[in-house]
Amino acid sequence: MDTKYATRYDKLIAEAETHEMIINIGPQHPSTHGVLRLEVITDGEIVKEVIPHMGYLHRCFEKHAENLTYQQTIPFADRMDYLASMNNSHAWVMGVEKMLGIDKDIPKRVEYIRVLVCELNRISSHLIALGTYGIDIGAFTPFLWCFRDREHIMNMLEWASGSRLLYNYIWVGGLYYDLPVGFEERCKQFINYFKPKMVELNALLTDNQIFISRTANVGILPLDVAINYGCTGPMLRASGLKWDLRRVDEYSAYPELEFDIPVGKGEMGAIGDCWDRYKVRIDEIEQSVKIIEQCLERLQKDLKRTPEFDPRAKLPKKIIPKAQDFYCRAETPRGELGYYFITDGKSEIPKRVKARAPSFHNLSVISEISRGVLIADLIAIIGSIDIVLGEVDR
Amino acid sequence: MSLEEIKQLLVGKFGAEVIIKEETGGLQSALTIHPDKIADVCFELRDNEQTYFDLLECLSGVDYGIEENMFGVVYNLASIPYKTQLTLKVVKYHDRTREDLPSFPSVCTVWRTAEWHEREAFDLFGISFKDHPDLRRILLPDDWEGYPLRKDYKAQEYYRGIKV
Repeated sequence: MDTKYATRYDKLIAEAETHEMIINIGPQHPSTHGVLRLEVITDGEIVKEVIPHMGYLHRCFEKHAENLTYQQTIPFADRMDYLASMNNSHAWVMGVEKMLGIDKDIPKRVEYIRVLVCELNRISSHLIALGTYGIDIGAFTPFLWCFRDREHIMNMLEWASGSRLLYNYIWVGGLYYDLPVGFEERCKQFINYFKPKMVELNALLTDNQIFISRTANVGILPLDVAINYGCTGPMLRASGLKWDLRRVDEYSAYPELEFDIPVGKGEMGAIGDCWDRYKVRIDEIEQSVKIIEQCLERLQKDLKRTPEFDPRAKLPKKIIPKAQDFYCRAETPRGELGYYFITDGKSEIPKRVKARAPSFHNLSVISEISRGVLIADLIAIIGSIDIVLGEVDR
Repeated sequence: MSLEEIKQLLVGKFGAEVIIKEETGGLQSALTIHPDKIADVCFELRDNEQTYFDLLECLSGVDYGIEENMFGVVYNLASIPYKTQLTLKVVKYHDRTREDLPSFPSVCTVWRTAEWHEREAFDLFGISFKDHPDLRRILLPDDWEGYPLRKDYKAQEYYRGIKV
């Protein structure tokens, strides 16, 4: 480390040469998917260095969590990754249940409903990722198609939970309510409607030659770099590693469900390029559809709704876990979401909560993979990482 | 590799004083490591073929309370090939009234992902990391005063003329 400068950032800025230009992309720029600011040192059209600046959406999640009870924190957990609220609260709730030791007492129907809504949310989140990726590259139509299909999922989840985006549906020990009557049938209808739509989307975007030319062999992320930077989720799987916490940890109802883990194969270029990351998300939607079908099957047959079934029956009156440290992780659409708890065993509020957000790690690799690319490719790379700034900044 | 074997491995390599404490009471057990040795221990755990903790899942700064006057960092490691997890901790007593910050060795060279996490711990807890290449605030503005997640934190009244 050069002792002349206190930080690497100072060195980069001070030693930029006269023919280089430092430009800011964001924070108000549609292709940064939120309020991300990228300070880019460019030499003409070539990107020499990318320095991300974040924090514009910092809402003190960890500070809030240290002042609220576990049940009260669920809405805050929802607001971290606002495109996949169900998955966020599921991870939080699972962590608290494990600390209390009640994770084995959760009724099967509740577990299956949780998986069902989480997978619906995963599809809607991936649809946003794919649609906005299309628009980043310059394809407008897929964006509208994806939002049209996502609207159905939002309506269904609104029907179940009462809100469109931030659900507060999964509670410690159970659920807010049982699914509304007729939800399973409506969901089945949606799945039947949705399957051919994915074929259309593939024809429109996935196999589109312009799209492939823009994304294949761009932003290649080698596997060792991905692991070293802590990338998880579709980012890591696109680099060719089968690592999915739904299979590794076998939590909730996932051990009883059948699904594959799609990985990047480098069909259009090298393994781990932007197209692979896009394709892994497409394949994951297919797998989520498969999971939803299996959940519906069981929810309509042996786990059928009964009048006396109460999803709040197991709700603990007071949540006071014994004194311990616990790290709980789960697979969200963007990768491994973890919560690290420190509890003192006396109070209803945790002593310390740390959220390990997948987007935070996935974003950190950006300066590594975008050195020497064109500015237009940098936009393609940001889109393929699929960040949610609510989660990066927490 | 079980926790007992990992302990033996570390003691054999770095001597008995490297492990200060062991916590096995909760759901996940943790090892408290001597603060000066943490980077070497992490290197060993990552590169040893029997442990192979190649993924740093989480790194959290911790303020253990005003009476304890203790700061710490918690490392949650995972091994992808062995599908195992391990928690490491370092702690240090540090008087809050002191001018300088509590400092630990950086593990950036072991896992690059630690870079942003350590910046976050610096930003929110005021924990400094030795040999960190780019120790700046990450979530808060550069001219923010104080470290918000410390237990004795009082927010400043005005920030650039805006009431906080």
